[in-house]
Amino acid sequence: MNRLAQLRSEARFNLLGFRRSPAATFFTVVLPIIFLVIFTSIFGNEIISSTGARVATVYVPGILALALVSANFMNAAIVTVIRRENGVLKAMRATPLPPWVYVGGQLAASLVLTAFMTALVIGIGWLGYSVEVQPGAVPSLLITLGVGAAAFSALGLAITCVCPSEQAAPAITNMCVLPLYFVSDVFIPSEGAPRWMVVIGDIFPIKHLAHALGNTFDPFSEGIPMPVSRWLIIAAWGVFGVLVTLRWFRWTPRG
Amino acid sequence: MSDAAHLAIEVTGLRKRYGGNEAVAGVDLSVSAGEVLAFLGPNGAGKTTTVEILEGLRSRTSGHVRVLGTDPAEATAAWRERLGVVLQGAKHEGDFTASEIVTMWSAYYRSPRRVADVLELVGLRDAARTRTRRLSGGQQQRLAVALALVGDPELIFLDEPTTGFDPAARREAWETIAGLRSLGVTVMLTTHYMDEADQLADRIVVISRGHIVADGTAAELARHAAIPTRVSWDAAELRRDQLPERLRELLAAPAASGPADPPEVSAGVEARPTIATGDVDGVVRELLAAADAAGTRLDSLAVRPPTLEDTYLALTGDGS
Repeated sequence: MNRLAQLRSEARFNLLGFRRSPAATFFTVVLPIIFLVIFTSIFGNEIISSTGARVATVYVPGILALALVSANFMNAAIVTVIRRENGVLKAMRATPLPPWVYVGGQLAASLVLTAFMTALVIGIGWLGYSVEVQPGAVPSLLITLGVGAAAFSALGLAITCVCPSEQAAPAITNMCVLPLYFVSDVFIPSEGAPRWMVVIGDIFPIKHLAHALGNTFDPFSEGIPMPVSRWLIIAAWGVFGVLVTLRWFRWTPRG
Repeated sequence: MSDAAHLAIEVTGLRKRYGGNEAVAGVDLSVSAGEVLAFLGPNGAGKTTTVEILEGLRSRTSGHVRVLGTDPAEATAAWRERLGVVLQGAKHEGDFTASEIVTMWSAYYRSPRRVADVLELVGLRDAARTRTRRLSGGQQQRLAVALALVGDPELIFLDEPTTGFDPAARREAWETIAGLRSLGVTVMLTTHYMDEADQLADRIVVISRGHIVADGTAAELARHAAIPTRVSWDAAELRRDQLPERLRELLAAPAASGPADPPEVSAGVEARPTIATGDVDGVVRELLAAADAAGTRLDSLAVRPPTLEDTYLALTGDGS
């Protein structure tokens, strides 16, 4: 088969595996929607006086960021560790499939998932909470999604290097992202939070992702948003993930 | 044509060192095209290390290695096209069906076999639509063989294909492996079961503590190990004091069980005198003559050649 057909086949089976895994489906598809409904219910969907926009204008991009992290970082990490620990990656190494096609297939599947979740979250935000995508912001949205998916997939592969077992993978990945959600304007606004929390949020990529996505929905932003510095920070984290993966990634079981 | 052209695997002086420990300590090995070779040895003897070096999954410390004419340390995709590998205990995604996994893996090869044909070959046609988590141990192993076959390889490596199996699953796996012979592929299988090696392979190479200690058919290995055949009978039919001098000495030698009391009163194994000998014909003739002289019959006479297990234990030094 040619490489393109191989990529398509890998992506297709990755998505099939995702659909058949209740845990993956719940955490990536269902949970973000539950969060969106809960947060907008708790905090209402009033017009915020300081910005003039509705509360959901903040939550829709926040939850979209959470869904992207889940679809890329969490999935890549957990699936890869399961395959590694069961000897599947090692067996794949013995086939002619080039490693980049394997990784590319996983990235392609994550992109499809990201696109699906974007449509779902935006759809619910629009129908349920009157949050609209600003037409001028579509290019910015697409770039943010692309950069974010690639970077968080790379970080997902990188985190497998410190996951010793199948059981440890969900715990370690959650430990990385859950606390960050609280300081990254995903669950609660960091406005008025202690300085150290703001600094931590600024260092890691999730806050930048949430804000870059936020531009898309901000009805008062002027002109075409281009959050270049946020993209660069997210991309830098992606490069870090690639470097860690290249240096420490294992194909063979650790357990 | 030179000899090398017929060799699927050619190894000389292979060594693999981990720190101060030499897992493979100078292995020489050759496997002809079309041959089924068993690589036999106890756990930790260096089997898997050797095979993974041949598969291009592990580096070596030194030595000359050619697999299908290529050095596995410089493995290319084209070379991997010609190889099938079944690793020890790989477990595939439980949410996929057997047919889906074989389809997924067939995409890795340029000219794969048809998925239905492969499932038929390994006897999984009826389980094609079964999720792999519901396959039995024997069926899972067949699936692993199917994945190794799907690229239509010239050479297949099977690492301990039946370890941990119950007898029925083992029998199933054996049938599948025996079926590979009809495809004309070269097979190198590692095992720590002598009966498995004897059952499936044309030739057995025995490795122990990183060294090759024997090479040949099961019968040749038995001769090489030079284990005596055991001749035994019921003491009730022929007592020790009725034996000629030479046999009495043979009896005394290996047997701490040789009873000093009249055999009639001893029980258990002691009621069955046993002579270990390389000269079965001579010993049996003398025994029958002694029975004749004593006026009794030796209906209980038994001649037990060394078992595969005896040979294995003697060769690998695990019996000592």
